[in-house]
Amino acid sequence: MDLYVKDGKIVEKVNERKAKVIDASGMIVMPGGVDIHSHIAGSAVNFGRLLRPEDHFKDVEAKTPLTRSGVGYSVPSTFTTGYRYARMGYTTVMNPAMAPLEARHTHEELDDTPMLDKATYPLLGDWWFVLEYLRDGMIEECARHVAWMINATKGYAIKLVNPGGLEAWGSGRNVRNIDDPVPHFNITPREIIRCLCKVNQILHMPHTIHVHTNNLGKPGNYLTALETMKCVENLSKGDRPIIHITHCQFSAFKGSDWRTMESGAEEIAKYVNGHSHVTLDMGQVVFTDTTTMTADGPFQYILHQLSGNKWVNHDVETETSSGIVPFRYRRKSYVHATQWSIGLELALLIEDPWKIFLTTDHPNAAPFTTYPKIISWLMSRNARKKAMEKISRRARRKSLLPSIEREYSFYEIAIATRAGTAKCLGLRQKGHLGVGADADIAIYNLNPKEVDPSKKYMAVRRAFGKSAYTIKDGEIVAKDGEIVKSVNGRTFWVDVKLSSASEEVASDMKRRFREYWTVEYENYPVPEGYLTRSAPLSVKAEV
Amino acid sequence: MKNNVITSVKNACAVGESKFLNYASHRCLKPLIRKNGELVEASLDEAIQKSAEILAGASYPILYGWSCTSCEAIRVGLELAEEIGGVIDNTSTICHGPSVLSIQDVGIASCTLGQLRHRADLIIYWGSNPWSAHPRHIDRYTAFSKGRFQPSAWRGYLSRLSATLTKKRLLRAASLVLRRKVSVPPEVDQSPSYALARKERRMIVVDVRRTRSAELADYFLRVEPNKDYELLQALRMLIRDEELDVDEVAGVPVAVLEEIADIMIGCELGVIFFGVGLTMSQGKLRNVDAALSLVRDLNQRTKFLIMPMRGHFNVTGADMVFTWQTGFPYAVDFSHGYPRYNPGETSLIDILCRGEADAGLVVASDPVAHFPREAVQNLVNNPLIVIDPHVSATSLMADVVIPSAFVGIETEGTAYRMDHVPLPLKKVVEPPDGCLPDTVILQRILRQVRKLRRREGEGN
Amino acid sequence: MPKLKVSLLTGRTLSQGQGKEYGKLSEEYWKSVTVCEIDPEDMKRLKIKEGNNVKLTTSFGSTVLRAVKSMRAPHPGIVFIPYGPWANLLVNAGTHGTGMPSFKGLSAEIEPALGEKVLSLQGLMKKHYKRE
Repeated sequence: MDLYVKDGKIVEKVNERKAKVIDASGMIVMPGGVDIHSHIAGSAVNFGRLLRPEDHFKDVEAKTPLTRSGVGYSVPSTFTTGYRYARMGYTTVMNPAMAPLEARHTHEELDDTPMLDKATYPLLGDWWFVLEYLRDGMIEECARHVAWMINATKGYAIKLVNPGGLEAWGSGRNVRNIDDPVPHFNITPREIIRCLCKVNQILHMPHTIHVHTNNLGKPGNYLTALETMKCVENLSKGDRPIIHITHCQFSAFKGSDWRTMESGAEEIAKYVNGHSHVTLDMGQVVFTDTTTMTADGPFQYILHQLSGNKWVNHDVETETSSGIVPFRYRRKSYVHATQWSIGLELALLIEDPWKIFLTTDHPNAAPFTTYPKIISWLMSRNARKKAMEKISRRARRKSLLPSIEREYSFYEIAIATRAGTAKCLGLRQKGHLGVGADADIAIYNLNPKEVDPSKKYMAVRRAFGKSAYTIKDGEIVAKDGEIVKSVNGRTFWVDVKLSSASEEVASDMKRRFREYWTVEYENYPVPEGYLTRSAPLSVKAEV
Repeated sequence: MKNNVITSVKNACAVGESKFLNYASHRCLKPLIRKNGELVEASLDEAIQKSAEILAGASYPILYGWSCTSCEAIRVGLELAEEIGGVIDNTSTICHGPSVLSIQDVGIASCTLGQLRHRADLIIYWGSNPWSAHPRHIDRYTAFSKGRFQPSAWRGYLSRLSATLTKKRLLRAASLVLRRKVSVPPEVDQSPSYALARKERRMIVVDVRRTRSAELADYFLRVEPNKDYELLQALRMLIRDEELDVDEVAGVPVAVLEEIADIMIGCELGVIFFGVGLTMSQGKLRNVDAALSLVRDLNQRTKFLIMPMRGHFNVTGADMVFTWQTGFPYAVDFSHGYPRYNPGETSLIDILCRGEADAGLVVASDPVAHFPREAVQNLVNNPLIVIDPHVSATSLMADVVIPSAFVGIETEGTAYRMDHVPLPLKKVVEPPDGCLPDTVILQRILRQVRKLRRREGEGN
Repeated sequence: MPKLKVSLLTGRTLSQGQGKEYGKLSEEYWKSVTVCEIDPEDMKRLKIKEGNNVKLTTSFGSTVLRAVKSMRAPHPGIVFIPYGPWANLLVNAGTHGTGMPSFKGLSAEIEPALGEKVLSLQGLMKKHYKRE
């Protein structure tokens, strides 16, 4: 089967005499990887880099004639991030959290991240405007203002993190469950989630709401995850997903404390198998030293208290918070090993591969450079067995993995790492190799007819770690794990066109701006010219 | 503005107003090259060529400054430093560098300034004098600002001020009537709880001398010079309900400290702003360490945050850009082909004092005025290139001077506020002829350097 | 001649911040940074008046500055000099491995220098930074 590429797109046919030919016989050809959730840019990520020079000392990349120098490991510098993704055959990455006030910073860093198409999600679940309109029952006004915000920050999707909890954290508190009212505003996380889910539909956003649940990382929180998924059930129209629960592993704990903590993956998988309005991504743990960074300020503080590691906190006025704590996942720790098992259990027990995607919530559960390892665990029971030999005995006994025979096929891996994510994100030209798709292609040196991934999982790991070819917009950018051409990708964002009253929203924002923020209205929105390669997706809202 | 000249400035602080009104005086207008000991006018091309020759030919060049220019220019600067294998450093190295070092050890519980405007009811300035260095800080963001959950304390300050003035007037009147000097015995009850008993926003200033900011405060705590570390650690102990075995710490009675600790624990949201009073006195980063740890510990009892008072225009932006491109915030050494970071070794003052640099590029900064003498002597003994809008002490000693446009007045760019909020800077007037933005000048030097190195490579 | 042992601070002042925006060669800048703020009681001990010249000496260097009465008194034993080339003749470049020199809290000696002049910027640079 042949593929034809011209002018950066996949086409029906080309003039074969004039074309450059790549012989990919005996290799796997996939669309370029699409990562739905990876913290690669923005003030929280940069704080993480600053906080951890020790993370960088052990992992450096020297300058070459084609590439800039940089450092890794769990929070790599921007150039290194782009190169490392490209070497693995990834071509699109979504930065999942951006404080709207600091949007400019996120876009500056994304612009310095080569090789990739990218986008970013503004954090809106605790924005005072959302909370106030919700409290006053004005959902259409809420939608109009969310549209303004998405345009102003050049964002791609509506992100919620511990909805309500971050506003409470501004005063040092948190919310305990989805019906616990947010102080000062008297609305509940349940109402915030439902409201933004409706807003998302009103605005016709390409992706669903992207939710980091309340009570993340707390034993017993699988109930919160289930409540969160259930609370929007009646808003779903047809079979399409309307909510995405991200890094679900962190929200799938059963038990009442750290001693009795165990996997709630089975219950969550059962729910997801029976419903079509939800998608998830794994948040898979790998045993290594990494850095946790999320907008979940209160959770990050708890993690600091548990681990005793240094802690960065950054609350953003009117909008959100964030926290950073270095963290090491240990095989012999019962809790960490259980977390490791949960991620895989979720991926293996959920039957439809279009519902659950491969992520590590980079760098929270592991750096993204561990994806090949995770692929090998999904594809090979033997690989899982080998990994389990070294983990905590108690975790091993309780894990469901020994009883699970399923092994992902190459097609399912393609769905979990590119086709499924692209579809979920509403990126129509990504994640597939049909005519009209962007020519983002990854060729892996693995012959599915000769190599049994179940047995030869090390070969699988090697192949996915270093693509034979990575092609971006029709140009070969990486070959055998080396960058051969440095390119700059596009930044996607959603251009929400309101059907009416858009000037009124703008003047309303302008009037009230100083009450809320300490910057001027004119300085807040990110102008389109700021993005080196701006690629807006136009949508027409219902308001 | 009138005829491309700024005539008045609204809404800015005193330093900002001075900057906008006076940027045009003492301007560097023409490129200069030193020939036979004298700086003479040259064309821009000549100046760029000479700069490129100096930098390309150096074994261990240093690139310094960066805090008074835009992030866009800093990005080019990093590329240039990487190309020539030099050391790039910004003004953090003589200012809040130690704070960065401590943050790297302890972490930091911080926020954006609006968070404090809305919620903070206890504000502490430690080793920092915002009245002199950040003149609008107090009324924009802290005690005298109005937030959603905290009203301004301005009225309270006015009544105190009015009471003090009335007292002075009465004393003067009494002296005139009684024909002798009348004085009132000093207030015996100097305890903090008396001054800080109110429910509204309160401000404490901690410093070695009673600064202007201390005059505005509800309570002033005087600490002996070089004793901040002891004081901070003492407070940490008290926060953790431990007892102090001494009667006083750093010149402050323990009874007073106990009350301060109670006030800190009892507030809704407190913040410590700390300045170079901590980073520059004995102990340096250890002082900051103690402050960061104190705030971290306070979070077990209430919500408490801390922020370094960064000056130097876009120094925060410089740290940010350095960090995302190289992984490290300042003192970045590219001589091995990849970024290395070791303050004390790769930081500029140390490199200069060891006499290791053999060429220098200074952008938008004046190290000759602001570095200790020993470091300056080494800086000026090597070929030196200066890119700056103003004539400065450094440009007087340079071998090549290239005039540039003022960021935020004559050219646009991005800069970061002290709380890491990025802001766009606008172009308001046209720069003088021949004064290009730093980004353009640096890109031209970079291109020339690459040309020279290619030629050299081909020659081999 | 009366001499005093003091602790030397250097730092920012509002006028220094404004002065530098006029340009380092300006009169405003020179006026703002060639001063030494002293506690009035200390000035009495030194037998000097406002505007007299004083000589500051540390183990790193010495220079002559204009004495002014500190508005921030009382702080006996502490003197304050704004940032700038004159202050930098007195500070410790050594960073103790931290990268940061010591700009505050230095041990210094202060004495009247009524016959001596404060250097101009050009004079200072010629004296201390003349290149070999």
